[in-house]
Amino acid sequence: MTIAAKANALWEYANPRKFLATSERVLPFFWITSAALLVVGLTWGFFFTPDDYKQGSTVKIIYLHVPAALMAINCWLMMLATSLVWLVRRHHVSALAARAAAPIGIVMTLIALATGAIWGQPMWGTWWAWDPRLTSFLILFLFYLGYVALWEAIEDPDTAADLTSVLCLVGSVFAILSRYAVNFWNQGLHQGASVMRAGAVTGTDTQEKVSNIYFYPLLLCIVGFVLLFIALVLYRTGTEIRARRINALLARERVNG
Amino acid sequence: MIPELGKYADTVLSAYAASILLLFALVVFSILRGRKVRAEMEKIEQRMSRNG
Repeated sequence: MTIAAKANALWEYANPRKFLATSERVLPFFWITSAALLVVGLTWGFFFTPDDYKQGSTVKIIYLHVPAALMAINCWLMMLATSLVWLVRRHHVSALAARAAAPIGIVMTLIALATGAIWGQPMWGTWWAWDPRLTSFLILFLFYLGYVALWEAIEDPDTAADLTSVLCLVGSVFAILSRYAVNFWNQGLHQGASVMRAGAVTGTDTQEKVSNIYFYPLLLCIVGFVLLFIALVLYRTGTEIRARRINALLARERVNG
Repeated sequence: MIPELGKYADTVLSAYAASILLLFALVVFSILRGRKVRAEMEKIEQRMSRNG
């Protein structure tokens, strides 16, 4: 199959029936694999890794903080992609997928902010600082809340999808900023990337990186969070498709008397 | 069973408790709403097929 044919095959999932049938088939894999990876990764990290020489046992927070922060940003980028599909091709499933993903993004951002504050208190001596990365993450969290509120506030689903898609485009600036803010401004408390940096993983740069003792269980947790995110998005998009069908059926019933 | 967390025990345990609670709540809420919506849709479809 050529790349063009594969890309065309992807649009088949814009059909709600095809999307529901496929997602129900693959969901057990994502639920089970994500749960297994998270249990193994968190158990390994929590029970079987040593304390860090600088940070003591607080280093164990990395197994929740880093994956949650990664997913908080990537969830918004996924919403950006599906919102663009909605704006360009008007596929309802893509708009509903963005809507379904937003509460997941809220929880991921909240976990990243909460674990960051809990971790920051003993390490930096403060729960919060107006640091570039922390501030852009807080703004991203507010964008998530605004996005969900906008969906709830507008009655017509197509208008809601249009306006939330535009909001998603604007919020993407902060999603990207929250990833790269530390590279633009040096005055922040938050450290630069030390895990998902090509040079850090391959060992080709000389900057400080996460030791392999912590990196391997962290990698399991990151993959576990990604798979959990996929499972939740598929499941919740299915719910949104069914909720939309309920509204359509009730409207038809009203018309027929 | 719990490893020696030293003076940061409260910090580490509260971070884990908050995160696991939030993740658990997200999964449970998603599944409960999904089941409710699916049941409601099936009920409406059955009612409509009965009424022709």
